[in-house]
Amino acid sequence: MTALDHLTRPGAGDALLEVEAPAPRTVMRRRALQHVGFLTGGAIVLGVLLVAIFAPLLTAYDPFAQDLTRRLVPPVWSAKGSWAHILGTDGLGRDYLTRLIYGARISLTVGFGAAAIAGLIGTTLGLVGGYFGGRVDAAVMYLVNVKLALPGVLVALSLISMLGGSVAVVVTVLGFLFWDRFVVVTRSVTQQVRANEYVAAAEAVGASRLRIIVGEILPNVLNHIIVIASLEMAVAILVEAALSFLGLGIRPPTPSWGLMISEGRNFMFFQPYLVAIPGVAIFLLVIAINMLGDGIRDITAPEGRN
Amino acid sequence: MIRFLIHRATIAVLVALTVSIIGFSLLRLSGDLASALAGDSAKPEQIAATAHLYGLDRPLYVQYLDWAYRALHGDLGTSLFTNEPVARLIGERLGVTVQLSFMSLVFALAISIPLGVLAATRPNSWLDRTALGIAVFGQAIPSFWFGLILIIVFGVMLRLLPISGSDTFAHFIMPTVTLGVSVMPAFMRLTRTGMLDALDSDYVRMARAKGLSTASVLFKHALRNAILPVVSLTAVSLGFLLGGSVIVESVFALNGIGFLAFQSIIRTDFPVVQSIIVFVAVLYIVLTLVADLVNAWLDPRIRLG
Repeated sequence: MTALDHLTRPGAGDALLEVEAPAPRTVMRRRALQHVGFLTGGAIVLGVLLVAIFAPLLTAYDPFAQDLTRRLVPPVWSAKGSWAHILGTDGLGRDYLTRLIYGARISLTVGFGAAAIAGLIGTTLGLVGGYFGGRVDAAVMYLVNVKLALPGVLVALSLISMLGGSVAVVVTVLGFLFWDRFVVVTRSVTQQVRANEYVAAAEAVGASRLRIIVGEILPNVLNHIIVIASLEMAVAILVEAALSFLGLGIRPPTPSWGLMISEGRNFMFFQPYLVAIPGVAIFLLVIAINMLGDGIRDITAPEGRN
Repeated sequence: MIRFLIHRATIAVLVALTVSIIGFSLLRLSGDLASALAGDSAKPEQIAATAHLYGLDRPLYVQYLDWAYRALHGDLGTSLFTNEPVARLIGERLGVTVQLSFMSLVFALAISIPLGVLAATRPNSWLDRTALGIAVFGQAIPSFWFGLILIIVFGVMLRLLPISGSDTFAHFIMPTVTLGVSVMPAFMRLTRTGMLDALDSDYVRMARAKGLSTASVLFKHALRNAILPVVSLTAVSLGFLLGGSVIVESVFALNGIGFLAFQSIIRTDFPVVQSIIVFVAVLYIVLTLVADLVNAWLDPRIRLG
């Protein structure tokens, strides 16, 4: 709806001011289209997502197929490289580009999955603590303090080493480690929103607490949750890569980017591209997710910028 | 102040207690320790004997109370791998980790505070954008990979620095940079935000109106207030660094407690792993408690509010 529509409707006189102040949605769209970080980050994330989904269509090779006669073929830009293996092959003769493409699936799954689990736990705790206050809130903050005191990477390493390094285990463990920021943000926003008159009005007409929390408060918190989720997704991707690199995350032969760096480490001195390439992939994906998250924050709540 | 102190200290003790219970049960609940210790080919009676030997056949709370009682008296148990006391293993390696943590913290602060202050004095200038760029870079780069790239460039190609071990100061340079870069972004953003707020305040305008020099206004008036949150973050980061250097210590084979934890996890040496987890957590709790008290002492709004 454009601002002019208001003028042609009955009672248009009241809406004259809206010519000055366009609808929030229009403002947001305008901000989004002008935000370089949001557009660049969004494009890269979308690109990686498409690559992950259509992986089998993008490469003729199998990410697990070894060819020991073609070990350590250098990438196409070096003198001995060929177009048959654009990024060369690894120590077991597997096509490196193919493993990189399939690795995107692991990183995105871990990022989305861990952020979703953490978001669910953290948002629930934050809403409950912020809405009820008092002892409930004290209990929630106590949990956050316990969580913050535990050394996350160490706990994750020991849990995964005991439970086994499947993608599901890694996602779950990381999801249970990164919920604290969701609590802190959701809780403080809930406290602010709770003081609004429309919440008091909903209480006065006898709406249930669940309905107030889900219907009145949650929509106000949602933008903040999306921003935190993007940041936690980036952190989860970095931690998964680190755990897999240490040999206590995703197990071989699954093509995780961190694991690829760990395997490439043995050839680091003569084939440094084996270490460099997956690292650049992690770096680009994480930076893109951060740019997207910062962009969403600038667009939805510019006052929250630092 | 006394009431605030008692309140905060009580919470800290409760949190430490909970953390010790979690750290203790984590490794017991997630798998059958006795059969893991006895080996893959062990018969049921051998597993039972192993369980009895390590006291694993007792109820969990008895095991915990026994362990906690000894831990409070400085006995953290014995390593299953080296048969040495865990307390000694940790003690021997703590120095390396503390040195690495302090050096990275100093490195990070030395770069981020001046950069954050300068960025705040000229918002949206090229300097501000560069500072922001460094922060974005530090946040997104995988530290283990950054460490490897440093090894390739400075250790192998240029042959300037040793690539593993912890014998000399030079051994600490690359690990310090790697770890420092990962904690720098938070410090820089916090300094910049704090300075922006402070520079916009009435007391800074007053100081300027009095005709004080720019340096005096920036560092004596504005930075003093902007630095408060940075003090808290320093304590939190120190706790994080002491426990979070697992990755960097492993990449550079620095013989600190992070590397010890990593090796012990691989060897399923659970007395060592659980002790390090609880030790690092308690260290973190103490550091944040101290930071809270320092802040409350500096800022009456906290201790009275």
